[in-house]
Amino acid sequence: MIDLSLIWIVIIGIGVLIYVILDGFDLGIGILFPFIKGSNERDVLMNTVAPVWDGNETWMVLGGAGLFAAFPLVYSTVLSALYMPIILMVIALIFRGVAFEFRFKANRTKHLWDKAFIGGSIFASFLQGIVLGAYIQGIKTLNGVYAGGQLDWLTPFSVFTGIGVVVLYATLGCGWLIYKTDAEIQEKMFSMMPKLIIAVFIIFGLVSIYTPLSQPQIAERWFSQPQLMYFSPVPVLVLIFTGMALRACKQKKELSPFIYTLGLVFLAYTGFVISLWPYIIPPSVTIWQAAAPANSQLFALIGALLLIPIILTYTIFSYWIFKGKVRVGDTGYH
Amino acid sequence: MTLGLTALELARIQFAFTVSFHIIFPAISIGLASFLAVLEWRWLKTKNVVYQDLFKFWIKIFAIAFGMGVVSGVVMSYQFGTNWSEFSRIAGGVTGPLLAYEVLSAFFLEAGFLGIMLFGWGRVSPRAHFFATLMVAIGTCISMFWILASNSWMHTPQGFSIENGIIIPQNWFEIVFNPSFPYRFIHMAIAAFLVAALLVSATAAWHLLKGRRDALVKTSFSMALWLIMVLAPLQILVGDNHGLNTLHYQPAKLAAIEGHWETNKNEAMPLYLFGVPDMQEERTKYGVSIPYLGSLIMTHSLNGEVKGLKEFAPEDRPNSLIIFWSFRVMVGMGMLMLLLAVLGLWLRRSDRLYESKWFQRFALYMGPSGFIALLAGWFTTEVGRQPWVVYNVLRTKDALSPVSASQVGITLIIFVLVYFVVFGIGIYYMLKLMHKGPQFLSSHSEEHADVDQTPMRPMSAVEESLAKLESIRENRHD
Repeated sequence: MIDLSLIWIVIIGIGVLIYVILDGFDLGIGILFPFIKGSNERDVLMNTVAPVWDGNETWMVLGGAGLFAAFPLVYSTVLSALYMPIILMVIALIFRGVAFEFRFKANRTKHLWDKAFIGGSIFASFLQGIVLGAYIQGIKTLNGVYAGGQLDWLTPFSVFTGIGVVVLYATLGCGWLIYKTDAEIQEKMFSMMPKLIIAVFIIFGLVSIYTPLSQPQIAERWFSQPQLMYFSPVPVLVLIFTGMALRACKQKKELSPFIYTLGLVFLAYTGFVISLWPYIIPPSVTIWQAAAPANSQLFALIGALLLIPIILTYTIFSYWIFKGKVRVGDTGYH
Repeated sequence: MTLGLTALELARIQFAFTVSFHIIFPAISIGLASFLAVLEWRWLKTKNVVYQDLFKFWIKIFAIAFGMGVVSGVVMSYQFGTNWSEFSRIAGGVTGPLLAYEVLSAFFLEAGFLGIMLFGWGRVSPRAHFFATLMVAIGTCISMFWILASNSWMHTPQGFSIENGIIIPQNWFEIVFNPSFPYRFIHMAIAAFLVAALLVSATAAWHLLKGRRDALVKTSFSMALWLIMVLAPLQILVGDNHGLNTLHYQPAKLAAIEGHWETNKNEAMPLYLFGVPDMQEERTKYGVSIPYLGSLIMTHSLNGEVKGLKEFAPEDRPNSLIIFWSFRVMVGMGMLMLLLAVLGLWLRRSDRLYESKWFQRFALYMGPSGFIALLAGWFTTEVGRQPWVVYNVLRTKDALSPVSASQVGITLIIFVLVYFVVFGIGIYYMLKLMHKGPQFLSSHSEEHADVDQTPMRPMSAVEESLAKLESIRENRHD
């Protein structure tokens, strides 16, 4: 008997990782917007992601739909536990999404759409961080129904992870812009990138120290033998990647800073998975306990296996079609 | 923040509000995507730049509608978890995979090829571009397929068992192709095409009224009216069959639609044209009716028996007042669409289609009729399913999340504010674009510089389209 729940958690896990990376850098561009003043320069920033941003965002919908199909219990308990941050995040994404479309069409109201774009991007990222923090701290359930309070999600830790995600996305956006732009914008980004990388490193460090301290279950996972040996490469690699990213900035490499930041995201994600596995509604419900009927998981899996390769192929294709630098004065895609 | 309502009422209002706003945009994008595919196909086939220019005009409206459909759709999918978590927990085994298929097979297909369709002019070959447009059009229809499979299953559920209070899917073919699905799917598809056709004809009518008589305006007016001529009668036929299906599977809904309280034994059921169904008094007040017509439409026989609403327990009855009227609004709009198309046909015969002011005014006012009929129709079918969320299986009141009225109330207020601002502006931009109307792009208009300045586009093609344009302009002066 194949373990459908395991296959599904891998698919959803990869989907979420792709989302964090892709929407991470395009939300990051919104976060970096205040640092770039000129209207033409801001056009360049937006044009670097204009053809792909909505495709990026659909990975979040895939993650949600995958959860709904394969683990409806997670969908129902986690979403009602995180009611406010999730709805507010979706609204922030709406503002950001329409700002994208309308900014290019507006003249007098352009500055308003700039603000909507900045605010929407920062708020959406912050709330995603809150959701992450609240999720790591655990969702109280009783017989498959959320049993916690309305504001359980709001803790100093979740606010901190909220800020952390904003900084992380800004770093991804910065790396992307170094790759996609040149001249003044690129210079500006080169000067910001090292500070952002160091900030990410510090935040990762603090979260990694605080989480096992506050949750014995997670400490047990990391620090008992023989796991300690298997997992020790993770923090070591974080150090190495941070150093490489900083060096690449110094050497004015165009692609490497972005790639190393992606590496850091991947490592953080690995750490997250190691800490929580196999609980999907932490701290107590495992992926198998939360699984949909096998019949549902199998039916949805057929579609996923058929279509995800196609989706991946054209995602790569779209990026390839719109490859190359974006410059001031380009007519852009609008 | 609870407005004196319960969490259940607020959650229902919130869902009705967000889904009503949402459906407007997919309806435009489903309809326009197919229209755009036809335009591009005509352009490739005839090389007539009129089709290309129309394509480049309507794709802008399409892009706005699509963008807003995506963002408002994300809200919908998350509401299943936030507001209706018991529905997700109990019925998620069926609706979850169907929603996943919708996202997978269509959303991605659309979103991926959409980039090429919107921004790929000159970067890919015309054929590849047409292929992308076609995939977007098909994608919108596949998207609709899965969503309507899920929705229809909630109306006429089958192919499942219940274990420990959870719905377990048994036969996916039966689930997807449930009894009401084919009718609902075709009815909705035609509705979306009609929405787009009425939008196109109203835009053309606006510019005809303002005095434009060029090929762009005439062609789009004519194409849209032909489309309505085919679709409006077809929709009435499909709708009639959908009604028969409802009578069979959801008799309480049908009785409520007709304000029909007592079963008509051995006598014909009349059809109310007007009336005020009263849920407390269990009768339809101020009724104006046509004898026999009810039986004739409902059963296709003169004295056919139709179950009255009193046959169902009071707690199992949908609200007759709402759906009696929403249904009549929908049918009324459908009849007006048919009238529009027939009048258009009649004016064509005497060559007055582009000159008749009153007709153009009529076509202009009919612009929103597609949306009105669409929303009225959805209100009829969804309110008519109450008090069930999954018909005869799960009641709406048992589907709610363990959330407080204040939480739902606050988010409802936020949604109302945000939707009116954000989507209000979106609709404003669409109207602004329509007001400006389709333009001859091959002239040196700055706005459309992107087309000609794309480096990969051969210059010869630009010159050729210019030459074509000149010839069209000459023809226009004939």
